[in-house]
Amino acid sequence: MDKKSWKGWLYLLPALIFLGVFMLYPMADVLVYSFEEGFNSASQSYSGTGLYNFSYVLHDPYFLQALKNTFILVIITVPVSTGMALLISALLCSIRKLREFFQTVFFLPYVTNTLAVGLVFMILFKKTPYSDGFVNRILHFFGGNTVDFIEGPYWAKMLVMCLYTIWIVMPFKILILTSAMASVNPDYYKAARVDGTSSLRIFWRITIPMISPMISYLVITGFIGAFKAYSDEVAIFGTNLNAAGMNTLVGYIYDMLYGDSGGYPSYASAAALILFAIVFTITVMNLMVRKKTNYLSEG
Amino acid sequence: MKIVLENLTKKYPNRNRKIREDVVAVDHFNFEIPDGQLVSLLGPSGCGKSTALNMICGLEKPTGGKIYFGDDDVTLLPPEKRGVGMVFQSYALYPHLTVRKNIMFPLENLKGSRKLSREEMNRKVEEAARLVQIDDLMDRRPNEMSGGQQQRVAIARALVKMPKVLLLDEPLSNLDARLRIQTREEIRRIQKKTGITTVFVTHDQEEAMSISDRMVVMKSGVLQQIGKPQDIYDSPDNLFVARFLGNPPINVFEGRIRDKVLFIGEDPVADHIEAADQKVYAGIRPEGFVLDENGPLVCRLKSLEVLGRDTSIVSAHDQMAGTQIRSIISAERAVDTTGRTVSFTVKPNKLFLFNHETEKRIPAEGMQAVRKG
Repeated sequence: MDKKSWKGWLYLLPALIFLGVFMLYPMADVLVYSFEEGFNSASQSYSGTGLYNFSYVLHDPYFLQALKNTFILVIITVPVSTGMALLISALLCSIRKLREFFQTVFFLPYVTNTLAVGLVFMILFKKTPYSDGFVNRILHFFGGNTVDFIEGPYWAKMLVMCLYTIWIVMPFKILILTSAMASVNPDYYKAARVDGTSSLRIFWRITIPMISPMISYLVITGFIGAFKAYSDEVAIFGTNLNAAGMNTLVGYIYDMLYGDSGGYPSYASAAALILFAIVFTITVMNLMVRKKTNYLSEG
Repeated sequence: MKIVLENLTKKYPNRNRKIREDVVAVDHFNFEIPDGQLVSLLGPSGCGKSTALNMICGLEKPTGGKIYFGDDDVTLLPPEKRGVGMVFQSYALYPHLTVRKNIMFPLENLKGSRKLSREEMNRKVEEAARLVQIDDLMDRRPNEMSGGQQQRVAIARALVKMPKVLLLDEPLSNLDARLRIQTREEIRRIQKKTGITTVFVTHDQEEAMSISDRMVVMKSGVLQQIGKPQDIYDSPDNLFVARFLGNPPINVFEGRIRDKVLFIGEDPVADHIEAADQKVYAGIRPEGFVLDENGPLVCRLKSLEVLGRDTSIVSAHDQMAGTQIRSIISAERAVDTTGRTVSFTVKPNKLFLFNHETEKRIPAEGMQAVRKG
């Protein structure tokens, strides 16, 4: 090793130490815990090694419920929120008057606290002894029956959950997409206008391909974010998510670590690794699709 | 297709809101572009030439005046109904589409009775590609091509619908010097072959002079002069046009007409000038100087640039308006560089006089050069 690279490593050392202590070591620890049966963090003892933790987690009905919830959430919210953000951004870009005003309005949820937003959703959906909630009032107006959105049927709870998630993730997507659309060279649109291209065709054949790198970025981060959903669920259904049947994978891991039934770091580690495997697989798949459809990279 | 502009005007509200007065980008344009000709709009940046082009194209609506294609008033028609093709400065090729798809794009927009079958589209695309000689690059993407090739694709895309009018907005400014000359010849060839009326916007006078049938010289939204390139060069209407055309540029001196004689400083340079006594600008083209020991125009010699075919003499004079005088003489004539000064007589047809206030040309038909002794 020559002097120069020795110095380089020296400068990197502080960062490496931090990464090692707070990232690599815990990650390795999780891997180790997940294979140690019945690990007890107080006594630092365990009863054996093997794949039992994974088998337990995969057979735990609470885990399977959390897995199902998470998947439904991901599959519904990511496409819907991205699609709606695209639509809203396109409309925002096509208006002149009040554009900044609407941009601010659409961005508000992003700067609002999750729990505060949860409160608003409570007012909208929660049934209390005094009121059935705002949405139920509307349902009544159209002759519908009262639906208990917070403690009622699964589909109703899932609907609220999806609406909530979509609402909370959309502002960031709109922000990214409007700036991506604004940075498309206006000459493309002028050329398209000279050729008499309809605005729908301009949107599909020019705007969408031009901003496709940003769309795929949003889809990937959207998937990752939705798989890691937890706090939004707590904001609506409270901390006992298993009882509500609305737990998510991260919620399950948290419960296993600290929850009422808490104190099972081995199960938590195994579940965390399963979550990691899922997110990793989906991200790799996304990246592969992205590479195939990315026309804009310098060839 | 003949194009007629009638009092064409475009005003923008001033960016600075405190100034109520609008910015006039194009000010009452009146001219006619004959069918099948290539006409350049020439002027420095910000002179309104691109705005004028955009209005001819239909991308911008004029604030006043009319545009006719042939006998049809197209002032309010959108671009696709005017039958125009446009090439942008940035080419605006869709980066995600192949060359073939790029050229086909305008054809795919056609609707109703004008809709084409796949075979017809392919045939037209091939035809346009052959015309600009890129038919062997059809499956490439724009970023896999050189600037010159991209330019050709852009022209092919503009031509594929066989427009009645082709509009080119600074099409050569992104190319290097050699390619620029090649491509402008190419544009000229294609224009001649198709016979499409073409409007070409540029700030480069050499480019405009080399390929246009006619030039329209503009400054700050106001039309300065229209004519054949050589005519404008040989007979500029005002000082701006004289300065803008020609490379090396014209040499401008402060002068005075006294008793039909032009004085630069105290030296009489030309006589027989039928104009009243006044202060003038005297513009002399670089090729208008003749080395002459008895010449009245005595300049301080600064340097000599031998270019092979001709020699460029750089000198200075107290009454000059620029930083130096550049004169070009045939290389066959030896220049005496031992002296501190060079003396010239002036070719009368290369000497233009302009009013000192209005900067308009002062006609001086029978002007003759003066020699000492």
